[in-house]
Amino acid sequence: MNRKIFKFFFAFFLIFQSESHAVNPSDFVQSAVNRASEILKQNISKDEKMGKIELIAEEVVDIKGIAYYSLGSHRKSLSAGKKEEYFKVFKKYFLKSFSSRLAQYSDPKIKVESQKKLNDKYTIVSSTLLATEKTPEVKLDWRIVTKNTDKPLIIDVVIEGVSLARVQREEFNSIIQNSNIDGLIKNLNEFADK
Amino acid sequence: MKMLRIFTISILTILISVNSYADTDGSIELSKKSQNTETTDCFEKINRGVFAFNQVVNDVVFEPLAKGYRKLPSPVRTGTSNALSNLSILLTLPNNILQGDILIAGKNSLRFVLNTTLGVLGIFDPASKVGLNEYQSEDFGQTLGRWGMGEGCYIVLPVLGPSTLRDTTGSIGNYLGGDAWYNITVRNDTRYFSNFDYYASKGMGGVDFIAKNLGALDNLEENSIDFYASVKSLYLQDRRKRILNTDEVIETFDDSDWEEIETQ
Repeated sequence: MNRKIFKFFFAFFLIFQSESHAVNPSDFVQSAVNRASEILKQNISKDEKMGKIELIAEEVVDIKGIAYYSLGSHRKSLSAGKKEEYFKVFKKYFLKSFSSRLAQYSDPKIKVESQKKLNDKYTIVSSTLLATEKTPEVKLDWRIVTKNTDKPLIIDVVIEGVSLARVQREEFNSIIQNSNIDGLIKNLNEFADK
Repeated sequence: MKMLRIFTISILTILISVNSYADTDGSIELSKKSQNTETTDCFEKINRGVFAFNQVVNDVVFEPLAKGYRKLPSPVRTGTSNALSNLSILLTLPNNILQGDILIAGKNSLRFVLNTTLGVLGIFDPASKVGLNEYQSEDFGQTLGRWGMGEGCYIVLPVLGPSTLRDTTGSIGNYLGGDAWYNITVRNDTRYFSNFDYYASKGMGGVDFIAKNLGALDNLEENSIDFYASVKSLYLQDRRKRILNTDEVIETFDDSDWEEIETQ
């Protein structure tokens, strides 16, 4: 009898474990921005804020996806070694740039409004950065990678119709065209170290 | 003078048409695909030089003015912004009609009449209170884009900033009678307005824009490794979105590149 009970609970445990726990993209974005907002509200230095934001970014952003997207068509011609070198410095650059951009806000109020599933891989979450005394209301859309439903990740932020990932890709493309991939890596290194 | 204008317009049209055909395989149909092709930076070296000059002008003239403007009480800034937006309807209206948006032209006309009269020359915005709150400015560059004309080369104009050959050609329409505000201030000698009114309104428009985006622009510059390329991308993406007249942001760029990325 005891053995039967044990088997039943064991099977139940296995089923429960294997069942995926899908995270709703809207909830994911709202939770991420709330966490960031809590940090930005704190009475700490800009560097401390940036450090804490970087930890959140590593958790909620698809840094590798953005790194490859930013390379555009150039990614196809890079050797594995060069890609690795690029990704290593890109990550340093991205975390610094991302946290520095966010650190300008002291207490951003972002309201998540809706979501639109594009396909199995991507969902767009629409939100609004509420107006303040000095800045107008801003429409923010988040491109979320939902391929792994348990762990959605942010891959782009679209501000009033302008994709930040695309801006970065065109910026990188301009540098690669003028001074090849080594020039880009040098620029990223300089930014990360400044 | 007239011949020179015609010659300039003809050259610009040829340059843009060549680019348009190159972008769309001979078709001048506006498609999402053509909106996503890369715009040629034919004059990059000159553009970068003009861009650097504009940054100095911005740092020395516009940014200090914008910072001063931001110190004004909020109702004063809102009133100024409303009045400038109201004036822009005079340029938007003919473009609404040229783009075939007759219903929108009707709504914008009503908006203009209400805000100019009840709203005291557009300082207040009573039109928004009666449901006419969806206003998007249009210009001749957008109209040419809507008609399927390609962007042409990317150019940076002294003081005025980023543009394309198509948008610059479009703006010539303002000076050939397409902008009623220009007509009553500069083109025709009226008793009520002078050249100063036109140029002051344009300058004020620039200051208002910079004041609203001061933090964002500084932030972008600080976090860019090639600020020129970032501004170019921002401008071109914004123009494409305006031409498509859509809030569906995802429609304005090519998804195929995302599809190839497999990182999870």
